[in-house]
Amino acid sequence: MLDVKNLSMRFGGLLAVDQVSLDVKEREIVSVIGPNGAGKTTVFNCISGFYKPTGGTISFQGEEVQGKPDYQISRLGMVRTFQHVRLFNQMTVVENLLVAQHRHLNTNLIAGLLKTPGYRDREQKALDRAAYWLDRVGLLELANREAGNLAYGQQRRLEIARCMVTEPNLLMLDEPAAGLNPAETKDLNQLIVSLKEDYCVSVLLIEHDMSLVMDISDRINVINQGRPLASGTPDEIRQNDDVIKAYLGEA
Amino acid sequence: MPAQNFKHALFCAVITLIIAYPILGLNLEAQGINVTLTGADTFTIVSVFLAAVVVFLFQLFRDNIMGSLQGALSGLSSGSQKEPMAENKRAKIESWVLTGIVVLALFWPFFVSRGAVDLATLVLIYVMLALGLNVVVGLAGLLDLGYVAFYAVGAYTFALLSQYTGISFWVSLPLGALLAALFGLVLGFPVLRLRGDYLAIVTLGFGEIIRILLNNWTSLTGGPNGIGGIPDPTLFGMEFGRRVKEEGNTSFHETFGIAYSGEHKVIFLYLIALVLAVFTALVIRRFMRMPVGRAWEALREDEIAARSLGLSRTAVKLSAFTIGAFFAGFAGTVFASKQGFISPESFVFLESAIILAIVVLGGMGSQIGVVLAAIAVTILPELAREFSEYRMLVFGAAMVLMMVWRPQGLMPMRRIHIELNKQD
Amino acid sequence: MQDLLYFFQQLINGLTIGSTYALIAIGYTMVYGIIGMINFAHGEIYMIGAYTALIAITGLATLGIAWLPLVLLVALVCAMIVSSSMGWAVERVAYRPVRGRHRLIPLISAIGMSIFLQNYVHLAQGSRNIGFPSLIQGGFTFGSEGSFQMSLSYMQITIFITTLICMTALSLFISRSRIGRACRAVSQDLGMANLLGIDTNRIISATFVIGAALAAVAGLLLGMYYGSIDPLFGFIAGLKAFTAAVLGGIGSIPGAMLGGLILGVAESMTSGYLSGEYKDVVSFGLLILILLFKPTGLLGKPEVEKI
Repeated sequence: MLDVKNLSMRFGGLLAVDQVSLDVKEREIVSVIGPNGAGKTTVFNCISGFYKPTGGTISFQGEEVQGKPDYQISRLGMVRTFQHVRLFNQMTVVENLLVAQHRHLNTNLIAGLLKTPGYRDREQKALDRAAYWLDRVGLLELANREAGNLAYGQQRRLEIARCMVTEPNLLMLDEPAAGLNPAETKDLNQLIVSLKEDYCVSVLLIEHDMSLVMDISDRINVINQGRPLASGTPDEIRQNDDVIKAYLGEA
Repeated sequence: MPAQNFKHALFCAVITLIIAYPILGLNLEAQGINVTLTGADTFTIVSVFLAAVVVFLFQLFRDNIMGSLQGALSGLSSGSQKEPMAENKRAKIESWVLTGIVVLALFWPFFVSRGAVDLATLVLIYVMLALGLNVVVGLAGLLDLGYVAFYAVGAYTFALLSQYTGISFWVSLPLGALLAALFGLVLGFPVLRLRGDYLAIVTLGFGEIIRILLNNWTSLTGGPNGIGGIPDPTLFGMEFGRRVKEEGNTSFHETFGIAYSGEHKVIFLYLIALVLAVFTALVIRRFMRMPVGRAWEALREDEIAARSLGLSRTAVKLSAFTIGAFFAGFAGTVFASKQGFISPESFVFLESAIILAIVVLGGMGSQIGVVLAAIAVTILPELAREFSEYRMLVFGAAMVLMMVWRPQGLMPMRRIHIELNKQD
Repeated sequence: MQDLLYFFQQLINGLTIGSTYALIAIGYTMVYGIIGMINFAHGEIYMIGAYTALIAITGLATLGIAWLPLVLLVALVCAMIVSSSMGWAVERVAYRPVRGRHRLIPLISAIGMSIFLQNYVHLAQGSRNIGFPSLIQGGFTFGSEGSFQMSLSYMQITIFITTLICMTALSLFISRSRIGRACRAVSQDLGMANLLGIDTNRIISATFVIGAALAAVAGLLLGMYYGSIDPLFGFIAGLKAFTAAVLGGIGSIPGAMLGGLILGVAESMTSGYLSGEYKDVVSFGLLILILLFKPTGLLGKPEVEKI
């Protein structure tokens, strides 16, 4: 589904990502791990179109997407969350989910002003989808709260729900467990697995919580100092000498 | 009292003296080509020193004062946070009250003086402008400091069209608005990629460019002399003048067999402005509940997140910019018709600043707040004429204070409540 | 020959104005480099500097002191003290409390401050423009009599030299002094500098004070050069200086210098060859073009969007 080949990203003199390749297949959870500053988030930023990679190709469902504007890439069905939660803080929880469904709505101004049946229909469907996902992540009661007033764990879940209402094929999560307590991490674990099992979504995951990564990943890519170090199943990674030396060994 | 506090307080007091005394206490006066220096009156000098003392005391007891102030404020806000009424009920009451006010506004001009109605028309023009700018600044978070340029486009469109082609107010109204919107689109397209603060300065520059062009393109716009003789609006071909100017038209007072009165025209203009202002408010209110309105706010809140969800930054910003410009064009046409004469004088940066002050004071994003602020900002200086020269001083200070103390404005925007049904 | 002289005359005029723009631009560029906001009130601080200088000069004249170097020195010191205090106070009152809030908020606060200061001077000193004595008179002229004569006045030379001295002093200050080093550290990474024990609040205040002091120098120079001042003249000059800062690359001090000179020359060429009315159009047009095609300016570093 997603195929990244020889991705490189250079900022001035700094080669932040060097020849990284990875791929994600249908209904697969793939993790990217590596020490802090290894270039994981930069890889994400390249894939999601926020950065224009300086080398390599990124293809999504057979289409080359490197260098395309960010909003077009997300419309192809590849959406992401952020390392530091990025919600529309002054908007309500449900409005956050409606914004995410922008491209599923009738955005014709005249239709909206006149409230044509087609417009209302799509608006209602969006509301229903929002309600469904809020219920799914346990935030339905808080639908009309301002997103910025939610607790941290709730914000994390809202961010994932906000991605899911866009009905993506690939979900990219940037350290979703950061700052969560063990119980919340366990819930997150179940949620991610269920996204794959029940909603046929592939997941590309950056995470530091090793137990979570080892538990749910189908495959893992290790990056160190911008360069690929190893890739394979959780078991292979666990036994890889390079990885142990460079990463797990330090921990 | 720690010595450090004392030193700081003293320092602040001295600074106060330094920045206040030379400018306020020593007045330059031009006498012919010579400039002389005179000391200000005792009152000013005493005030300056008093101000320094106040600053000193405030800084000295800063912690205590702030503490008790905070306590008082939190007490105030906790008192006002009542149990929210059922949302539906509240919305219903609100819409009844608003309808009532609009009906009142419809009949009110028949009972008051001509001057009051004239002022009310001006208020309504500012309401339109502020509502339009509220879309750009309050909702989309784009600081447009050249908003008055679109107002000018609307006004000059009507003035020029009526002068050269004899087109009437009613044809010109949509044309002026559309042309202003087109200007917004053309200007917005390249500049909306810019970061917020760059955008502010570029729009400011654009506003100035338009004004300079109007001032210097004498052959078309009459330059600083402006354009006069802009016709009044007509009501189904009826004119409001004493004598009919255009062939084929009849005059209002003759048609209805009433005595001619200059007030008819003033009231008619007021009613037009009222209808247009209400129209503006309603349309923008709808926009706010539509995908486009949510996209504006999303982009204001977090541009990167919005882009990651498939919103095109350019398209969303451009729509806000264009729609804001559209309503400024509306207001401009009404303004030209009300004044009968326009010149570049009316479209200086100060006007942009006043409209921005209205939006900021009322509460960015809040329509009711903006309308109330427009009324207050336009009427208060008229009521207190002796203070009118302090108007801009007060606006400037109010803008700073609002940003420091209450950036959400006097009447903050309230979120729309959306009922959801549980899905299985 | 005449055409050439005319051209050089425009060049000299442009460089004169340009160097004062550069002095004002420093204030914008340093503040922007450190806290990433446009200090809209900076033009007003420059204007207040010019007023203070005029007040000092008139005051000395009333007292009967006319020794030129003394008059200039006193006027300069007074202007710098008042402007710096103003710069400090503005940051304290209008910017520090809103630092770190949504980006629109400090910007609006700054505009409010600009309007406030403009009207503060307007109310205190009247709105009419007031003659500024041109204390430094005379100059060199080139070219034969009867045809176009190019002039280079002592005033213009003073402006060049003063600007050069200020810029050199500033560069040395930034690169050598402790506060200068701290300034650079803070502009690299405010949070990190804070962690390392730099009092960032003091550094930010210092930036405002330095910028304001240089603006005051420009106020005195331009006041004498133009021969009159009014409360509004800071606004346009501020915009021009901001344009210069952006042109050179905002955040870069050599950039401000370069941008100021280019802008000044562009303006005087427009006045000289087209029409004085359109010189503002040219500078704003230049600003828009630069922002569109090279938002980092001529000497600025590219900015990477932080995600």
